[in-house]
Amino acid sequence: MNALEITRFAVRGLTANKMRSVLTMLGILIGVAAVILLVAVGQGSSESIKQRIQSLGANTLTVSASFSGGFGGPGGRSGGGGGPRTQARGLTLDDARALAGSGNAPSVKSVSPVVTASSATTTYEGASHDISQVVGTYPSYFEATNKPVASGAYFTNQDVTGVRKVVVIGKTVAEELFGQADPVGGRVSIEGVSFTVVGVLKESGSTGGQDADDIAIAPLPAVQQTLSGYGSLGSIVIQATSAETTDAAEAEITAILNQRHDITGSATADYRILNQASLQETVTEATGTFTVLLGAVAAISLLVGGIGITNIMLVTVTERTREIGIRKAIGAPRGAILGQFLIEATLLSLIGGLLGVGVAVAGSQFTIAGVRPVIVPQSIVLALGVSVAIGLFFGSYPANRAAKLRPIEALRFE
Amino acid sequence: MNEPLNGPLNGPTARPGDGAYSAGNGWTTAVPCDPPPADSPRDDVPGGEASGAEPVLLIRDVRKIYGEGEATVHALRGVSLTVERGDYVAIMGASGSGKSTLMNIIGCLDIPTTGTYLLGGTDVGVLDDVQLARVRNRRIGFIFQSFNLIPRMSALANVELPLAYGGVRAADRRRRALAALGLVGLADRVGHQPNELSGGQQQRVAVARALVTSPTLLLADEPTGALDSTSTRDVLAIFDRLSVSGRTIVVITHEDDVAAHAKRVIRLMDGQIVEDRRQAPVDGPPPLAGLRPPTEAVSDR
Ligand SMILES: Nc1ncnc2c1ncn2[C@@H]1O[C@H](COP(=O)(O)OP(=O)(O)OP(=O)(O)O)[C@@H](O)[C@H]1O
Ligand SMILES: [Mg+2]
Repeated sequence: MNALEITRFAVRGLTANKMRSVLTMLGILIGVAAVILLVAVGQGSSESIKQRIQSLGANTLTVSASFSGGFGGPGGRSGGGGGPRTQARGLTLDDARALAGSGNAPSVKSVSPVVTASSATTTYEGASHDISQVVGTYPSYFEATNKPVASGAYFTNQDVTGVRKVVVIGKTVAEELFGQADPVGGRVSIEGVSFTVVGVLKESGSTGGQDADDIAIAPLPAVQQTLSGYGSLGSIVIQATSAETTDAAEAEITAILNQRHDITGSATADYRILNQASLQETVTEATGTFTVLLGAVAAISLLVGGIGITNIMLVTVTERTREIGIRKAIGAPRGAILGQFLIEATLLSLIGGLLGVGVAVAGSQFTIAGVRPVIVPQSIVLALGVSVAIGLFFGSYPANRAAKLRPIEALRFE
Repeated sequence: MNEPLNGPLNGPTARPGDGAYSAGNGWTTAVPCDPPPADSPRDDVPGGEASGAEPVLLIRDVRKIYGEGEATVHALRGVSLTVERGDYVAIMGASGSGKSTLMNIIGCLDIPTTGTYLLGGTDVGVLDDVQLARVRNRRIGFIFQSFNLIPRMSALANVELPLAYGGVRAADRRRRALAALGLVGLADRVGHQPNELSGGQQQRVAVARALVTSPTLLLADEPTGALDSTSTRDVLAIFDRLSVSGRTIVVITHEDDVAAHAKRVIRLMDGQIVEDRRQAPVDGPPPLAGLRPPTEAVSDR
């Protein structure tokens, strides 16, 4: 009596009641497919979020003024919150110069002071468009925030020092004002002031409902002069020398700004630093939790499928108790009976599991809830492994019960 | 333990002087009692060391009590019985006298409450599960009143099954199963499933299944109980021939006609043996053997 023979008996047992076998497999199929697919959806959404964060610019830190009392804000190295604080001061150009000029910040690659104005009415030869965000900054901003141009060029440092009225516009602005025409060299009027378009940004897509391409970027003094005035800066965008040095850069910035803003000991800082890297970490953690939750829900359905197998195996064993008795009476050893029913249960779960993998792989080709699923290979191995283990585990109880019967008990069974 | 299990045809019971039965009837050669194939190690089968002198069955003071308390039933109240090799025993008795209970114990399907049972000199009470399975597979052929064929399996597959559990190679298995089915006159019905066979044919398949492993002991619990008189005659003719070829047979029956075929008749009453009558010598032919041409006995209906 070899394993092949016992497997043949098992297959014969399964095909004897095809409908039931198929329905049982369906339970496992759904469980396995759900585990793989939901984990893939979780993975896919986490990766797309990560990509979006990365598209905001690599290794960047954004310092912004914090006028709200009581807390330092996320990412702010501000010392214990709630302490006494000095008069809040906005960020100034001198702050930016201090960060860029002093030798105390070796991890800082570039410093770009930023002012922003929103909803600036812009016209070009009769076409009109409200640009949702006009940014005044230095040329280093483009690299720090990962905004390459598609045509034309960035403005230069000379443009900044010369307070020239030049502007780099986003894709949406270009389309709204110029249509199909080439915007480079065109003169647009922003809030009545004439600017020359020197470049068009590459399309970056919308981030969270806001159109990131509805933007215009001009030299800092030009924007201050025409739109925002010479008040404090909106923010300072700092690029660290590398991904590894972002934390060091954050510490250096904190030290310099604390000194400049007279923040000592337990005082709450009047600025906050948003660290791209730590933001990414936080988001990754959150999406990881999300993925685990999805996986847990799916695992429950896999468990339910396993209980389905136990149920069917119990019914099968009960139904075939007489047959078991006959087999034992003609000399089937306990191992052969146990093997037959264990293989039946394992085949049910294995075939169901493999079909589930197939369904999951096919399903992952589609976009689900706006997310393109990314299959995690480990989830396939895990789901298949678990489904086979379930077959063995849940099948072993009925199989054992069948194998342990005395022949006469089984034969007398009604 | 090294002596291979011999089929009754070539075993020690094929005595010289039996020529009239072992050679005189052409059909003895058709009995599928090939020597065991090399790939099935039979010498490790418990109970296989019996010599010609050792009784096939030795039962001493066996009792069987069912249930507990109020509902206790004493099905067997101390049965002692010795069956020699080659004997053909009919067990009779009223309904509820304990015949089936005794038979199930002899067939290793059940265990006695007390008492010892030696099969070919081996105490089956001390055997473990695997050894018991091997005894059932190779030493005993059991024929049930209700046929007990496995549904949705062809007659051939049913007959092959004991060989499959005995580890016989597929080709050998098929050959021996076909021979056994030929012996019971069902050569042209091998592909039929049990529900496509008449009761008599099903019982003959069951007989073939019991014979196919060449067991020392053939047990039949009312094998003809569900059969008409012609089918009964067929089955009894097969038993006669097997007895002639030296096989040990124990049959339970209610019918005197059936008991008349046996060499020895035992009567049970209330779980005790009340009569033990010999109708023919152990080493002779069964009393009614050869009264009819065997070719007719296995003719197909
Ligand atoms: N599993 C059981 N549980 C309880 N009592 C049983 C069981 N099997 C048999 N008995 C009882 O044991 C006694 C003997 O039963 P057994 O089946 O051996 O009788 P029998 O001689 O074969 O009868 P019949 O000729 O009707 O088949 C009966 O009284 C029966 O009720
Ligand atoms: Mg009975």
